[in-house]
Amino acid sequence: MAIFRARRVLWRSFSTISSHPLRVCIVGSGPAGFYTAEKILKTHQGSQVDIIDRLPTPYGLVRSGVAPDHPETKNVINQFSRVAQNGRCSFFGNVALGSSISLVELQELYHVVVLAYGAESDRVVGIPGEDLKGVHSAREFVWWYNGHPDGRNLDPDLKNTDTAVILGQGNVALDVARILLRPTSELAITDIASHALTALEQSSIRKVYLVGRRGPVQAACTAKELREVLGIKDLYIHTKETDLKITPADEEEMKNSRIHRRIYELLSKAATAGPSQPSSGQRELHFVFFRQPDRFLESYDRKGYVSGVHLEKTGLKGIGSGKQIAIGTGQFENLSCGIVLKSIGYKSVPVDDLPFDNQKGVVPNVKGRVLSDNSGDPTSFENGLYVCGWLKRGPTGIIATNLYCAEETVASLSEDLELGVLASTTRLPKLGRDGLLQILDNRNVRVVPFSAWERIDKEEKRLGSLRNKPREKLISREELLKVAGSE
Amino acid sequence: MSRTRFRQGHCGQCQRSPVELLSETRAFFQGAIFQKHHYFSTLGSNNTSGGGDEQKETISVTFVSKDGEEIPIRVPIGTSMLEAAHQNDIELEGACEGSLACSTCHVIVMDMEHYNKLEEPSDEENDMLDLAFGLTETSRLGCQIIARPELDGIRLAIPAATRNFAVDGYVAKPH
Repeated sequence: MAIFRARRVLWRSFSTISSHPLRVCIVGSGPAGFYTAEKILKTHQGSQVDIIDRLPTPYGLVRSGVAPDHPETKNVINQFSRVAQNGRCSFFGNVALGSSISLVELQELYHVVVLAYGAESDRVVGIPGEDLKGVHSAREFVWWYNGHPDGRNLDPDLKNTDTAVILGQGNVALDVARILLRPTSELAITDIASHALTALEQSSIRKVYLVGRRGPVQAACTAKELREVLGIKDLYIHTKETDLKITPADEEEMKNSRIHRRIYELLSKAATAGPSQPSSGQRELHFVFFRQPDRFLESYDRKGYVSGVHLEKTGLKGIGSGKQIAIGTGQFENLSCGIVLKSIGYKSVPVDDLPFDNQKGVVPNVKGRVLSDNSGDPTSFENGLYVCGWLKRGPTGIIATNLYCAEETVASLSEDLELGVLASTTRLPKLGRDGLLQILDNRNVRVVPFSAWERIDKEEKRLGSLRNKPREKLISREELLKVAGSE
Repeated sequence: MSRTRFRQGHCGQCQRSPVELLSETRAFFQGAIFQKHHYFSTLGSNNTSGGGDEQKETISVTFVSKDGEEIPIRVPIGTSMLEAAHQNDIELEGACEGSLACSTCHVIVMDMEHYNKLEEPSDEENDMLDLAFGLTETSRLGCQIIARPELDGIRLAIPAATRNFAVDGYVAKPH
């Protein structure tokens, strides 16, 4: 233990003994980026950390992913803003990796670059009809109701139908279901985007189906979200009782997982409690298990628009180590609807000069150290380049998962510094922040520093107070930059 | 009341070389600058936590850090373990600031006797414990353990999570 602590002291000392302060650039200002920044600042005294984000606003999915009716989950923003306010840390918004500055340029300006830009694309189902109007990715729908600048033109049609089908049963799927079904009076006092609130107030959707390939024991959601959606006022919940039958393989899975056990208990209780029929005018939530989408159906009356999903019944097959996958049985049925939200997983986007594993949708890495290519050669690393968060692990987990992810990446980085792996770069001074701002200025990039975000923050809160909301989000880039720029 | 923490080694027992101490001291002062509200007085082990003005009855609580270091503190009755940790610069995360919306203040109660004296966790706390890293049979959320006289002497371990790092965000454990 004394040796371990001595090593820690050595890491802390390194950056102060060295005549060149360690300069780090983190791309992405969500939980992965901020937890990494916090850890680096703490571990390497004298280090300077710059966090860039392509949006004018920081915080990634904490701002644009966490549902509007989950304000406590967003409290972590207070911790992140204290990190940004640290004298050795700077946030620069509206700076995009690729178009504002290249990865190669960042590597020239900084000793260390950590990529933490998450996953801004979607897994595709890969079936016919996926491009019919009315078929949306849940990610875009969430961006839309959370006021993300890239989601404001989604304009989902909530008036042409009374039925929505959501593919997937993870927490994002449950968030979307809840936003569609919650009384809008409850949403009106959250930070939901105004255009979404208006659309939801005029929505004719009364029935939501949450469709999963496998059974209730394999559902990917967690207890808090499930409990919440089951507790919505005056909502009729339906699950087929036969779907709740469990096999020995299911029991084995539940024995090893507290989460799955509790989810199954919640679903069974909900299925048997409550009335067997909805009352007139009541909103409905249906859990559909053991169904996988085969194709999207096109409407006869409205060419080019979705009118339903052709589903195949599935059975479960064990593939070892307690895991069961869904296998089609060749029996089909149709589920009519006017809107489909695909919530089957996010996917990261590659950038130039960055090794990328297209199959897994992540940057190939070992404990956060970026590998030079996909060959799996574990000895060939990209010098000074690291990853953290969804870009490193894939798009799963919660905010807190990034805490441990950052710890691992920073431990790798610290080890590399200590062992002299980065000596070729750390020997020399790097321009860091000053160099970055110079290049961006030459390119007329409107950088949004943290103090400018604070102006946006203040204005959003002010606008929100006029409507009994915690904030009224500014949606367009133009508006955001205007408020950021004003004195 | 989540604060960015820079916790100093609280080591009365081990031998430290002057070089280590010097670096540690330099780091200490830089940490003090880094952390705006660092109260030097909180390093004392028998300190009542900075906070209330009145002299409150306190209990003794020992935190055991990820590295195995023991940190004895005194906690006023009615204060949560999360608040107490922060008031004493103990590295316990609290992302949601005590609102039962995360699992980062997860602590392990080190003896069954004290664990059994705690009230049963609510559904909401259990929902968050589902997601805690390194969950054990005596795990609780630090923000939900409130100091009471019966808990005097309680020992709480802060779990190390970097081992057993699972993609899904939790460690599946027979429980």
